[in-house]
Amino acid sequence: MRDAVVDTSRRRFLTGTTVVIGGIGAAFAAVPFISSFQPSARAKAMGAPVDVDISKLEPGQRLIQKWRGKPVWVVRRTDEMLENLNSFDAVALRDPQSDQSEQPRYAKNVWRSEKPEYLVLVGVCTHLGCSPSYVPDMSAPDVGIGWKGGFFCPCHGSKFDLAGRVYNGVPAPSNLVVPPYKFLTEGKLRVGEDDGVTA
Amino acid sequence: MRILIATLLLLMAPQFACANEGGLKLLKADVDLSDQASLQRGARLFVNYCGSCHSAAYMRYNRIGADLGISEELLKADLMFTTDKVGEPMRAAMPADDSKEWFGVTPPDLSVEARARGEDWLFSYLHGFYKDPSKTTGVNNLYFPGAAMPHVLWELQGVKRAVFSTHTSPEGMQTQVFEHFENEIPGTLDEVQYERATRDLVGFMVYMGEPAKLVRYALGVKVLGFLFIFFVAAYLLKREYWKDVN
Amino acid sequence: MNAITRKLVDLRDWVDERFPLMSLWNDHIAQYYAPKNFNFWYYFGALSMAVFGLQIVTGIWLAMNYKPDADLAFGSVEYIMRDVDWGWLIRYLHSTGASAFFIVIYLHMFRGLMYGSFKKPRELLWILGMLLYLMLMAEAFMGYLLPWGQMSYWGAQVIISLFGAIPVIGTTLSEWIRGDYVVSDITLNRFFSLHVIALPFALAGLVMLHILALHEVGSNNPDGVEIKKLKGPDGHPLDGIPFHPYYTVKDLMGLSVFLILFSAVVFFSPEMGGYFLEANNFIPANPMQTPPHISPVWYFTPYYSILRANTVNFLWIDAKVWGVVFMGLGVLIFFLLPWLDRSPVRSIRYRGPLFKGALGIFVVVFVILGYLGLLPPTAERTLMAQVCTVIYFLFFLLMPIYTSLDKNKPVPERVTK
Repeated sequence: MRDAVVDTSRRRFLTGTTVVIGGIGAAFAAVPFISSFQPSARAKAMGAPVDVDISKLEPGQRLIQKWRGKPVWVVRRTDEMLENLNSFDAVALRDPQSDQSEQPRYAKNVWRSEKPEYLVLVGVCTHLGCSPSYVPDMSAPDVGIGWKGGFFCPCHGSKFDLAGRVYNGVPAPSNLVVPPYKFLTEGKLRVGEDDGVTA
Repeated sequence: MRILIATLLLLMAPQFACANEGGLKLLKADVDLSDQASLQRGARLFVNYCGSCHSAAYMRYNRIGADLGISEELLKADLMFTTDKVGEPMRAAMPADDSKEWFGVTPPDLSVEARARGEDWLFSYLHGFYKDPSKTTGVNNLYFPGAAMPHVLWELQGVKRAVFSTHTSPEGMQTQVFEHFENEIPGTLDEVQYERATRDLVGFMVYMGEPAKLVRYALGVKVLGFLFIFFVAAYLLKREYWKDVN
Repeated sequence: MNAITRKLVDLRDWVDERFPLMSLWNDHIAQYYAPKNFNFWYYFGALSMAVFGLQIVTGIWLAMNYKPDADLAFGSVEYIMRDVDWGWLIRYLHSTGASAFFIVIYLHMFRGLMYGSFKKPRELLWILGMLLYLMLMAEAFMGYLLPWGQMSYWGAQVIISLFGAIPVIGTTLSEWIRGDYVVSDITLNRFFSLHVIALPFALAGLVMLHILALHEVGSNNPDGVEIKKLKGPDGHPLDGIPFHPYYTVKDLMGLSVFLILFSAVVFFSPEMGGYFLEANNFIPANPMQTPPHISPVWYFTPYYSILRANTVNFLWIDAKVWGVVFMGLGVLIFFLLPWLDRSPVRSIRYRGPLFKGALGIFVVVFVILGYLGLLPPTAERTLMAQVCTVIYFLFFLLMPIYTSLDKNKPVPERVTK
């Protein structure tokens, strides 16, 4: 049985070929199984853009709208609040220009919003996913001295100003995320869709 | 031997020959899922004529749009009456309680109706309505006698009368055998147009029964091609090693 | 490259010092000597393992989106078919896999019958295999309820009601199985649990035992000769070849052919004309209305025919009870095969005309019973099913007689070819 001359190089070549083809096949076969983990059509439908009525929002108030299962905040900032945003010194904030943070192009400014008055944020802390509390008052003893109003995360103490910009020296690595949005009319806002790309 | 003959006869008998009541032969639907325009027309017919009473709760509007090449604007303008969200499934315009009161039964969900009934049955059913004053709906159906559904497409097809002949068996049993239809009131479509319209509608329902059907065949060809290459490699490998044995 | 290879060898040795890696590999693959004359029929053992693997993987994925709830089950299957990316493919792989499993198992069993693989010393191997078959039937039956269509529902209703035929305890027993007075959400939930956890575990365990038993006694072959009797100077059977690489490459080739046929069904005809996925199962389960014609899935129909063939009350016992009894016996009688067969010869190649004829008739009868089970009963069909049922059992009951009377041919010392 083992008397014939064995062509080892041919064997190695054929084994290699079969293994490679089989490997490619296995990789292709894995695609459906991996892709099926992605958000399904139902998840996408439930995460579709939502419209928010902001016509009754008073200055200084915040409303919460669910979008993709997450809280989205709309804050109508007062002039005083907007004024305060300019008063932070360079070391107080980790990313004052929002260079390392996630926001649509039109919200990459000091206000982190399209219209300065209206702040739209995904209300999920960029540290570990808790939802920070809205603490608009200038005096908030439990948050700390020098508080100028903003958001405070009860889980690990991260602090954000009223533009969602993260303070220095807290665990959260970046500013709160601004979702894509657009104003449909003066009093109506659509979250999850803008005129550029639908996120 | 007799068993063998009986077996052969049985095997030759088409299995589901008597799938429909009355032993009538079904009409051929001959739908073509590659004809996107036909499916689009079918979708419009479905929404206009079926969608007010029947839901298709597993079918999302935006899936129809993506699969049949209908833009979101057109979807909203042409197909969506019951909701304003493109990601929503197709619900019936009429609440189920109302339709139950009207028809005695809740009109079934039609998402997978084409898979349950078969395309030929659906096509035949849409061609099977005839005038029958004894029914509350005023019509009966040749392929589904006693159907609770009125002939919603009557404006298109017109009203037909069915002609039956009476046959008497040697034992004296009388049976009614369907002969043909006669037109009573013409519809807005002629026969050829009505056939095309119902074919479009059934085609859409076949698509809706299994949206994956649009990609399944093309992918299958690729998979088989790939597996054939794999087979050739495996065969050569096996032959090489088995030189030792043979 | 060499450095990497050396590292890998070191790693292997490290593991081997702590775990019998190389001895497992050698005992069951590299140094397992299998007869060199395996033919076409010897692919199906490896293939059934492959299908088992496929069912496990696709099953895990389906369970991620399936909902075992009477109100949601049907919709969740359609959700998988439409809303989940590639869900349709995973579902079709699983549904086609169920039928493919039975096809390869039936061919595997037929191989055993043909070549006498159940005979001494492989009785236990055969019994373990039959247990696997029984377990697989339970697995398939429970899995079929899960889509919660009309066929799922009424199929389960009918089969569970069979247990009601058992005298005295019947009603209590069938209620115990269902956990309700009819098949319901409760039944669905427990069948789901058994289908996805308990039975797959049991199947996997039995597969391991089956393989261990096989490797203990060694594989039979189409000539039915014992290759271990003649060993070469190296201590290995003269007619044996190492499983790896010879049968690994051969089974790989077999697998590629199987996958071609399997994919053809999955992509071009997943319903397989209503045999793999029934049209009625696209109607949600409705406990108030039985569909006009119900039949089990094709792989159960031979036994279903035997069940329906019993129409006579006999010995003061109801026909329904006899139906259940004979259906049960129809499966269980396979267990006795090693002791019913008195022939000194294993393989059909060297058996006489009596066994060849009997096996041929048995196969025909099994197929006819299966076919009849798909059809609604008529007087003639019932008669035919009765005749076939009698022949089915005679194949087993007369086996001790015709196998001892048979004119066998001399069996060669070594495998042919």
